[in-house]
Amino acid sequence: MTSAAIRALAHKQAPAEQRPWRWHIAVFLAPALLIYTAVMVVPLVETLRLSFFQNAGQQPIFVGLANFNTLLRDERWAEHFWNALYNNTYFFAIHLLVMVPLAILLAALLSLPRMRGSGFYRTALFMPTMLSFVIVGFVWKLILSPLWGITPDLLDAVGLRSLFAPYLGREEYALTTLGFISVWQWFGIPMMLSYAAMLSIPDEILEAAEIDGIVGIAQFFKIKLPLLWPTIGVIAILTFVSNFNSFDLIYTAQGTLAGPNFSTDILGTLLYRTFFGAQLQLRDPHMGAAIATMMLIIILGVVCAYLFFVQRKLVRYQL
Amino acid sequence: MSIARSSARSLTAHGILAFFTFLALAPIVLIVMNAFKSRNAIFASPMALPTPETFDLIGFTSVLQQGQFGTYFTNSLVITVVALAGTILFGAMAAFALTEYRFRFNTVTGLFFTLGIMVPIRLGTVGILEIMVRTSLVNTRTALILVYIAQGLPMAIFILTEFMRTVSADLKNAGRVDGLSEYEIFIWLVVPLLRPAMVSVAVFTMIPIWNDLWFPLILAPGEETKTLTLGAQVFIGQYVTDWNSVLAALSLSILPVLALYLVFSKGLIRGITSGAIK
Repeated sequence: MTSAAIRALAHKQAPAEQRPWRWHIAVFLAPALLIYTAVMVVPLVETLRLSFFQNAGQQPIFVGLANFNTLLRDERWAEHFWNALYNNTYFFAIHLLVMVPLAILLAALLSLPRMRGSGFYRTALFMPTMLSFVIVGFVWKLILSPLWGITPDLLDAVGLRSLFAPYLGREEYALTTLGFISVWQWFGIPMMLSYAAMLSIPDEILEAAEIDGIVGIAQFFKIKLPLLWPTIGVIAILTFVSNFNSFDLIYTAQGTLAGPNFSTDILGTLLYRTFFGAQLQLRDPHMGAAIATMMLIIILGVVCAYLFFVQRKLVRYQL
Repeated sequence: MSIARSSARSLTAHGILAFFTFLALAPIVLIVMNAFKSRNAIFASPMALPTPETFDLIGFTSVLQQGQFGTYFTNSLVITVVALAGTILFGAMAAFALTEYRFRFNTVTGLFFTLGIMVPIRLGTVGILEIMVRTSLVNTRTALILVYIAQGLPMAIFILTEFMRTVSADLKNAGRVDGLSEYEIFIWLVVPLLRPAMVSVAVFTMIPIWNDLWFPLILAPGEETKTLTLGAQVFIGQYVTDWNSVLAALSLSILPVLALYLVFSKGLIRGITSGAIK
């Protein structure tokens, strides 16, 4: 036993230089490194590279930042780009202002002590998250369809018939409606993350609060919420990345043109349209690459800003 | 706190939860319910359960005749399972190398993988398509499997590394003393201990793969390689006016996911919550 321990120790502490080339490390790392590099890193770099070129006849030629200049300034492009960026920000704002508070509220209710049936609620509330965008998009398209008439009938039942409009077909409502549909689909994930964070709050802290007479809603705002800020930060940044990268729901519900009149166009649909072409638009891989690069800059910029400015200032309590 | 007040409070809590549970489930129930009704009943009384008079399977029969949902389903299943297995196996191997051995590029390699958590792979689509065209992998399931493995690896390595640190060094060293090779230690000692973490990774990886529309649409839109998600999208797009078929196609895509979810929901939710704490 002792000799075993000594040998083990010797193995662990031998300096790296004296060891022979350890093949097993390479073997363990190789598959992951190869696939990740070849299918993710190289294409990303290639996309960045393509955005500095433009097709002139047969040969792509280097044009420097001209594509970005076109994207941000040229009449035909700039309008679409800024529109998509604005819509995307609005789409994210809906998630931040509706989904996150709702998720925290539901998580707080689920984590109440002696909450009966919380297992059932949890399972049911998480269900929409399991469905694909395709299903979600079409399900809501049917439900909101004036043809089927479910929504007007429901509004009629509560006396609000006058509020009905073909929500997905009107420029002023379409994006908001899609935002709420997306919230319907995704609130399960922030709910679960907040729920997990609330469960990890030790009972002693909550009991101490109860003894001090801090219960119910006051307890939530004074004890649980401050402990929850780091989790909320993570939720916000995850939501940001997935929103600025989303495409599927709008493509399914509104098509490639993100209608009506581009009112639901976000960066993902703009990228798809530019890269693959659509009605009245030729495909342009180089402009597509430029849009992808802009998206990358936006996402990385916000994530880094978050890590440097927000993450560090969040107070973390040692529980 | 008086009993009356506390029960009023719990009643409010149940009320709110029940309301949102209803909102979450009602659309799904509505679609599945109407899929079993005749065309007239769908429009005349959409809120009613199917009765013997309105019961009709016409939607399902036409979907099964017109769409190749069997092929789509097989494609989705093969792609998801192989990509999942690849992600977990390669991810665990890399995580093992990164936690177990000290070597020169250890930290750099770790950071290199971490970068992938923040950068969405979709932004490299232009480059990915170019590579797949050059290697003539377009319209193959292999292309999708490779992309999904690359997409899942960074997160898998991140989660598995965290768990890998908890495996006792004594156990591994005891294995070395008994003459096990490094590969045998990984397979026989480390992998079995990592099973809970692997479930967690599987959950995080599986749902986005199964539900993805972007890469199937771009890399494998051919009839032979369509996934269920893409197949349903195209089918519904073509039969928009045939409400029976559309509702039936939606139900057919919902029900397998629903069944799987109900079977695994306990482990799945535990996986998400434990992954979150980690």
